[in-house]
Amino acid sequence: MRAPIQRYRNILDFALSSLLRRKGRNLALIGVYTLVVFVIASLIFFVQALKREARELLVQAPDMVVQRMVAGRHDPVPVAQAEAIRAIRGVEEVQARLWGYYYDPVFGGNLTVMASEDPSLAAEAVWIGQGVARSMRVKEGDLISLRGYGGLPILFTVQKILAGESELVSSDLILMSPTDVRALFNFPTGLATDLAVTAGNPRELPTIAAKIVEQFPDTRPILKSEVLRTYEAIFDWRGGLMVVVLGSAILAFIIFAWDKATGLSAEERKEIGILKSIGWESSDVLLLKFWEGSVVSLTAFLSGVLLAYVHVFFFSASLFEHALKGWSVLFPRYQLVPVLDGYQLTVLFFLTVLPYTAATLVPIWRAATVDPDAAMRS
Amino acid sequence: MIELIEVMKTYQAGLATPFTAVDRVSLTIPDARLTVLKGPSGSGKTTLLTLIGCMARPTSGRIHLHGLPAGTLPALQAGDSVEITSLPERFLTTIRRRTFGFIFQQFNLVRGISVLENVLLPTYPMGLDHQEVEGRAVQRLEGLGLARLIRSSVDRLSGGEAQRVAIARALINDPAVIIADEPTAHLDSRLSEDFMELMGEFRAAGKTLLITSHDPIVYGSPLADLVVEMRDGQIVAGA
Repeated sequence: MRAPIQRYRNILDFALSSLLRRKGRNLALIGVYTLVVFVIASLIFFVQALKREARELLVQAPDMVVQRMVAGRHDPVPVAQAEAIRAIRGVEEVQARLWGYYYDPVFGGNLTVMASEDPSLAAEAVWIGQGVARSMRVKEGDLISLRGYGGLPILFTVQKILAGESELVSSDLILMSPTDVRALFNFPTGLATDLAVTAGNPRELPTIAAKIVEQFPDTRPILKSEVLRTYEAIFDWRGGLMVVVLGSAILAFIIFAWDKATGLSAEERKEIGILKSIGWESSDVLLLKFWEGSVVSLTAFLSGVLLAYVHVFFFSASLFEHALKGWSVLFPRYQLVPVLDGYQLTVLFFLTVLPYTAATLVPIWRAATVDPDAAMRS
Repeated sequence: MIELIEVMKTYQAGLATPFTAVDRVSLTIPDARLTVLKGPSGSGKTTLLTLIGCMARPTSGRIHLHGLPAGTLPALQAGDSVEITSLPERFLTTIRRRTFGFIFQQFNLVRGISVLENVLLPTYPMGLDHQEVEGRAVQRLEGLGLARLIRSSVDRLSGGEAQRVAIARALINDPAVIIADEPTAHLDSRLSEDFMELMGEFRAAGKTLLITSHDPIVYGSPLADLVVEMRDGQIVAGA
């Protein structure tokens, strides 16, 4: 039992020493290999994390949002319509929501200001997301100044900093009382930004939406499932765009790896001949080369994945954020919550490690199965 | 004892330009003796060595190895004979590993690794106890006057040192037969004589030695028990 283990150990030791003998070649190969895995893994991590953020966001979203449209544009909706919609069969609750965007010229980003009916939220106080707190460098108890509708600054006390599982949900959020929202934006009384509708049975939502449009032709009901579908499509599309751009890089890598892996040098051929002539079997030579290929590809795979993880979740994918995030939707900066998708990683593993290992083994197998004297003479 | 019966080796057989390197050679190589195959380049000496050493298969003919130690192959008793030309590769490798030690003309050391690693290479696939084998290798190298070079890279060795490393490697599995292909081709006269002296010691220790050479220091040596002359793939004298 001990001999086979010792055989594996000996051959692995020799494989490592062989890799060190060809340091330059192998380091170059690992470098390029790592780069490709890094780029693809970054893309996978980023798109998965964004999709998760979007799903988190929508878990807390209402089943349906009803907006009022004027000339094809979104317009405040009369709060009175909430009562009429509540009367529709199947509707469980209708909430008039009051929210808007506040452009902060100092940080160059849009913040979402929303009214909250929470009784613990005091007047002239705000609850803010972590992104806002980071940008404004404030903590609980500090004062922040927002520029009101008339141009005058309005002071608010930071009563709480929101902690959420997803920063995307709350990062740019400022919650304040309805009175304060109306004062800040000069929002007319009796109007709301939109209506949030909850249904007892989500399967009835399309029917309820149809009834709302029939009753109020100037409204546009938006279902949660539609928003989710749109988000998925946007993130998939952005990811797909990057994949196309990266296609050429991956292709270049495949050519490079193929060349490096399949091009058995005269020295390597001779070495295989020497090993066979001193008593190595073809299977021993294959095991040696398998270890060498595995060490190269696993090192590159693990380094690439690790670097991608750091890049996406610690540096917010700074290398491709402009291509992937869009421009104004996700301000201010936020940190993605790490997500590891085992399936995607497995696919990445099989797409990078296996082809390389196979590419190295085929020519070795051909060289290793000939008579040792032929391998030495060639 | 090694017995060859009508052994032929033809390269590119069946193609437009077949080349017969060994042509119907019959020969008996006695145990514990030094046999020299002499002849000009292209006479088929090296090809014959590779056939005897299980590194290639003959196109036709038979090669018998007599008196193999027990356990060389499954169910083999001590002193049994084996006809090697029809054996599968796995068994040929086992015989090559346990029965033969090779010293090549170009020494064929693996570049970039140490002297000790080169000597240990044949033992790696056998899964032997590393410490025990390393001890044996160090002892061999010390015996050959290479103690100070054990950890050196083989790239820095002189011709004579490289050959002694190749000899240590050939002996690491304590083979019954040592095969040397033109061992003095890259050595000066003094080193060639040293080499023959070493071969004399191995012969005295009971090893069977088979050497190809066209160097008079080798085939004219009083240590040579049998000198077989080859030309154009055939034996012309000595068998």
